[in-house]
Amino acid sequence: MPLQTPPLRGLHADRGAKFTEFGGWDMPVEFDSIREEHEAVRSAAGIFDVSHMGEIHVTGPDATTLMGRLTTNDVTALDVGDSQYAAITDEDGVIVDDTVVYRLPDEDDRPAYLFVPNAGNDEATHERWLSYRNEWGLEATVDNRTDEYAMFAVQGPDATGLVSDAAEGSVTDLSRFEARYATVAGVECWTARTGYTGEDGFEFVVPWNDAETVWSAFDCQPCGLGARDTLRIEAGYLLAGQDFDRESNPRTPYEAGIGFTVKLDTEFVGRDALERVKEEGVEEKLVGFRLIDRGVPRHGYDITNTEGRVIGTVTSGTMSPTLGSPIGMGYVPVEYAEPGTTLRVVVRGQSKKARVETIPFIETV
Amino acid sequence: MSFDVPEDRRYMESHEWALETDDVVRVGITEFAQDELGDVVFVELPDEGDDVAADEEFGVIESIKAVSDLYAPVSGEVVGVNEALFDSPELVNDDPFGDGWMLEIDPADESELADLLSADEYEDQIA
Repeated sequence: MPLQTPPLRGLHADRGAKFTEFGGWDMPVEFDSIREEHEAVRSAAGIFDVSHMGEIHVTGPDATTLMGRLTTNDVTALDVGDSQYAAITDEDGVIVDDTVVYRLPDEDDRPAYLFVPNAGNDEATHERWLSYRNEWGLEATVDNRTDEYAMFAVQGPDATGLVSDAAEGSVTDLSRFEARYATVAGVECWTARTGYTGEDGFEFVVPWNDAETVWSAFDCQPCGLGARDTLRIEAGYLLAGQDFDRESNPRTPYEAGIGFTVKLDTEFVGRDALERVKEEGVEEKLVGFRLIDRGVPRHGYDITNTEGRVIGTVTSGTMSPTLGSPIGMGYVPVEYAEPGTTLRVVVRGQSKKARVETIPFIETV
Repeated sequence: MSFDVPEDRRYMESHEWALETDDVVRVGITEFAQDELGDVVFVELPDEGDDVAADEEFGVIESIKAVSDLYAPVSGEVVGVNEALFDSPELVNDDPFGDGWMLEIDPADESELADLLSADEYEDQIA
């Protein structure tokens, strides 16, 4: 199957970006150097093309019911312009995806939502929403608009100033997780104070054909998925398909450390299973760790206890550019999850000493 | 983008270079290779006194995004290790043909050098 391309594929290539396949998309992984891009976001600002993320639009009289029953968080808590992080779970309470749900301004006096499934999940998510809508006989339209929108993230301590310069009127008064339509470089964009780097910043959902105009309005370091990965690991954020995967690494939100997204006083697919998990407690938990010995932990490496017994697997790992140390995450039995616990990570056959640390690894907004 | 390929050394298809000076063969990776890898964050090298064999792995180089094995261009005893790389692996990015060198080998059979690619041949490979 041919890879999908973001609208600015050519512009990125002209800028010297290297590309990688991610979720069926041909995306820039690196423009200059992952380290430089990472440091720019931590110390100034960077802009990411995240057009590979999905966009699903839901509206109609039963839109709130449909959104509420298919995501774990309490969607009724959202006023227009609010957003929330949520999990999408199956009947067993296993995470199918994680997402941000935005409450858009009402359309024809009906509530409207936009949510952002992970790259490559948009079609399956769209079908999931349609299928449950039909099963439950709800009145809501569900459109997959992934092909209609580009999405950019401007992140870092200087992001506010850059966005203030590029936008008409003030959007920098938005609080974290607040959003509204705003005119950026003359283009109306859904503008949200969200992001996935641990820094303050904004995300823009941009009409596909206006992508270049909006992208070019921000004079800051272009960043690829490589820096996005090192930044999100430092912030302890999950990567779908790696830190959870319904098929290869089925996890509940409680195991994955996102139990805060689960509102058991709402009705949603997976609620009953998650209520049982919460009552009984989890056997394994996602932990952060820092490697004490030299080496770099990578996805798939074994985690052992100090006696050498395999107790888990590294789900994400990197050399942290901010900390200058190798860090990672992985699931281990709860008795090994306490910060300070000594573990081992097997790096190409060699057992390396590691210590459990509290995530996030860095201070985040 | 074009990459520097100095004429004074020989090359492997796996992107290591070998430079013969004073009966010792110095080994590193090419500018093309370090650019492909991106930011180098870790290098694992043998100890002085270890033996390495031509075309066999002698170590590992890791960038933020990838792990690669390093291959020896010639067989022989390791007589020098660039320990500066342990604290400053980014030297491989900054100066792959100079300060970013990795090993010095006392070659067991100098004719092995002739089996490697010339600068022109390597340049064709990465073109």
